[in-house]
Amino acid sequence: MSEALKFHYVVDGQDFTSAGHASVMVKKNLRQLGLPPEKIRQVSIAMYEGEINMVIHAGGGVADVSVTEDYVEIVLTDKGPGIKDIEQAMQEGFSTATDNIRSLGFGAGMGLPNMKRYSDFMEINSVVGEGTTITMRVNIN
Amino acid sequence: MTVRDLLTSEKFSAISLPDESREIRNVYIGDLLSWVMGRAKADDAWITIMSNVNILAVASLADTSCIILAEGVTVDETIKATAMDKEINILTTNMNIYETAIYLNGLL
Repeated sequence: MSEALKFHYVVDGQDFTSAGHASVMVKKNLRQLGLPPEKIRQVSIAMYEGEINMVIHAGGGVADVSVTEDYVEIVLTDKGPGIKDIEQAMQEGFSTATDNIRSLGFGAGMGLPNMKRYSDFMEINSVVGEGTTITMRVNIN
Repeated sequence: MTVRDLLTSEKFSAISLPDESREIRNVYIGDLLSWVMGRAKADDAWITIMSNVNILAVASLADTSCIILAEGVTVDETIKATAMDKEINILTTNMNIYETAIYLNGLL
């Protein structure tokens, strides 16, 4: 199997208006690689939700995307407060976002559920007070 | 129907129109961005009253054919410029969301 293509992005936690930049870049790159549109959509949506979560809750982080022949893998790493109760956080509608975030149209408690819905594999590793790492994979074949 | 076809009606006006030949296949309505992101389909016309800059990322990633701002909502110049840059069509209408949906239903 040929070597995976890797992309690395820094997600700025200070700038809510530029959230989504990394996901849009990934979408562009995947399009150039000629991936099927539905797969690109899955990857972009899952990654955007993750990016927004890092901006809202963790003050930013980093995103590493690798593309292999079989899947696209997204690893999101932050040094935020961590997720106390992952099972609760995975429920649609559960959110700890502030009113300010809600007024921007986020904080509906759909972020993590959307990430799960749009990826074929998702794993959350979170330590309260240390940070969170989320790995998602979208199968191509 | 294309985005251009919609603009032949005086009920809509263009805020940004980088890709007017984009086909509209269906319609999605919503203001909660994560909800829209998860449910809207590619080539939907997306009707909303949200006007902050994040609508551009949502439209781009969900691959909607255009954003329709209802109730006469508009966006500032910075968002307009970014929309052109990211190739996102944005239209505005004075109709409310319900009227806009009915109008589109008649055309699809």
